Amino acid sequence: MNWHEYVNATGKVPEWPYPVRYEKENIVTSDVLIIGGGVAGCRAAISARQRGARVVVADRGFTKRSGSGGAGVDHWHGAVRNPCSKVTPRMYSEAAMATTDGYTNGLVRYIVGKEGWDTLLETEQMGVQIRDETDEFKGSMFRDEETKLLFAYDLENKHCLRIYGANIKPCVDREMRRVGCDVYERICVTSLLTEGGKKGARVIGATGVHDRTGEFYIFKAKSVIVSTGKTQRLWCFAPELRESQSMYNLDQSGMGHTIGWRAGAEFVLMEMTGPVELTGTGYAPYSTGNNNNTYQGVSVVDKNGKVVKYADAYGNLIDTEEGIFKPSQEGSFFIGWGIALDHERMPAHRINLTDPNLWEKVRAGEYEQPFYTDMTSLSKTSRDIIWRLMLAHEGKCRVPIYEQFTAWGFDPKKHLLQFPVGDYSLWSIDCAWANPQSGPANWRAGNGGYLIDWRLRTTLPGLFVAGDGPIASQGCHGESQTAGRYAGRQAAIFARDIDAIEPDPEQIAAEKARCYMPTKAKGDIGWKELNYAVARIMQDYCGEYKTEHTLDMGIRRMKDLLETEGKRMYVSNPHELARALESLSLCELGVAYMEGAKARKASNKVLGFYRYDYPEDTEEWHKLVAIKQTAADAVASRGLAVDYHLQAPYAPDLEDNYQRYSESDR
Amino acid sequence: MGVYSIPNQSGPCRVLAFDAETCIGCNRCVNVCPSDVMIPNPEKGKEPIVLYAEECWFCGGCVQECPIRAITLVTPAKQRLSTVWIDKKTGAEYRIGMKDPLPPNTTPPADNR
Repeated sequence: MNWHEYVNATGKVPEWPYPVRYEKENIVTSDVLIIGGGVAGCRAAISARQRGARVVVADRGFTKRSGSGGAGVDHWHGAVRNPCSKVTPRMYSEAAMATTDGYTNGLVRYIVGKEGWDTLLETEQMGVQIRDETDEFKGSMFRDEETKLLFAYDLENKHCLRIYGANIKPCVDREMRRVGCDVYERICVTSLLTEGGKKGARVIGATGVHDRTGEFYIFKAKSVIVSTGKTQRLWCFAPELRESQSMYNLDQSGMGHTIGWRAGAEFVLMEMTGPVELTGTGYAPYSTGNNNNTYQGVSVVDKNGKVVKYADAYGNLIDTEEGIFKPSQEGSFFIGWGIALDHERMPAHRINLTDPNLWEKVRAGEYEQPFYTDMTSLSKTSRDIIWRLMLAHEGKCRVPIYEQFTAWGFDPKKHLLQFPVGDYSLWSIDCAWANPQSGPANWRAGNGGYLIDWRLRTTLPGLFVAGDGPIASQGCHGESQTAGRYAGRQAAIFARDIDAIEPDPEQIAAEKARCYMPTKAKGDIGWKELNYAVARIMQDYCGEYKTEHTLDMGIRRMKDLLETEGKRMYVSNPHELARALESLSLCELGVAYMEGAKARKASNKVLGFYRYDYPEDTEEWHKLVAIKQTAADAVASRGLAVDYHLQAPYAPDLEDNYQRYSESDR
Repeated sequence: MGVYSIPNQSGPCRVLAFDAETCIGCNRCVNVCPSDVMIPNPEKGKEPIVLYAEECWFCGGCVQECPIRAITLVTPAKQRLSTVWIDKKTGAEYRIGMKDPLPPNTTPPADNR
């Protein structure tokens, strides 16, 4: 029942079910502290523990199902070293760099290429099925008969695997607990603790507030990993409208970014934003007709049953099912979809999509809406591998899609699934449910994150990152697991022979006072109202087009919001307190994004970054811009090469760096 | 039953439906939820209370955690209406939440676990 039903039925308002102990201190000590227990954090915890570190994980939710990967996964990018793959880690990293003009993370892509397959094999040991064990797909073009691996997207190069990952998070979570990591759930981490309480100094712990009891946590550690999610609540906050239409839950407050920003870490690509795809105005993931991503390979037909063909990246229509899974260019390979790579720049690496002239053909009367996903015309194995494997295992698909659809009688042998009807001249139909145009252009999603070195260490000593949020443009599920596993190793090596430092009592006292202010203020601003206001500022002042003056205005508005309404918050219980602390942190994070935008004095098409006052996309600005907070109101920026990971002090070659840093001591 | 002064419900009013007959009130669903949208029922052994429906992101973790499968995820109305399929032969339209439901399709997912 919901709250309203309970109140109507009993005439009583339920009391908060947990003991409320605001400000009660808990001190938790470890070698390695991991902030964020999603797939990256759990893998980091396991590998740090395996290196002998005492590991504590602080998670906002409950690690069995928390995080973006908590609801499953159907394919694994970057397993390029699987025995069937024709792609090498170098090819993978270089293709990622090429498709983004360098505005991605070449070193993480290389690490993912080197270790993605090993990470997946370990996942198999943890209980996740990654092969066609029952020979259900024997003889199919998607399968390798010897290894029983199943491939997605690119059957020539076989570097992306279909996996049965609906239970992947419970398996990884179970392993994390089995190896002896201590997990603290329902912790909203609020700050990093630094040596002497100073900005820019070594990170030696964190503070947090419990979502149920309101208790205060002081985590002390020799090294810390931030493995949190993206920053989804900044531009686009609409929980009442959003419903199931999101691949990101509300816990993605960007807190992992904010705490590092406040501690003085350097960030890159903060100016890189794009139209938000998953707003409250669209469709539940995978719930409509679709022919891309997890549905890749289905047939599409129009109202009259006329088939819409796929086309390669050069617009050539494809006539065979095999052709859909073949790269556009001889000798090339598909790189992933949905892992922050701009395929338009490098068509040779683009997945095959719908006929690009479809909408002209609709206007000319050749096709009529609606369109439908047609799995009836596929062979049994092709249909089953999409519907019963991919759609039953992809994130947020097992229950909301597979179980719901089948409970209501959907049968892909008989039924066609309808695409949304609309003005498709605005968007491609390929991933119709994600439909970028469903949100206004000034509702953005941020891509930036921590500047990192070959050890996945930030510019703050002792602070490492993992996961697709804090690592700028890093990737998705498989990459997060792989980078997490690597970061855990590095953080354990760092912690192994360094002494712990006691945190500064003044830093803790100041943070504690900040955290509990909403429980004391006689406020009139709820956490949602503050979050809506943050989003308004971001939409108005940090939308698609920017100027120095309006960015300055936005920063001023955000600081004003923090100092005015932010001091007048009310909370009813610890859950609301944690949400309020997230909303307050968004004010600081919004400033960080606007500072990032200010620091780039040129427009840049690849970054989706447009300035009225600097409209030119110049070669001089073809670089990364790193920003950091040096004092409460001071920001420093500097430029660095997009391939900084191959420049001094690093070696000029990917593999040399990997050999030098992947296992070595500090 | 009294008439009470109650604020509007926000967004989807019901994100989860519990089978009150079979639910044992074990609260495993409450504890597995990443966003902590439920609280235990004050009356022990009864179904939990969805307190923050608008914070649910429909991952289905609670449904999978339930030892007796007493929970159904309730697709929000606007997404029931946007999830439509047709019978290829007859052209008949169906959707989640339809008035005269089809019999369930009992084909299991492809996995060996």
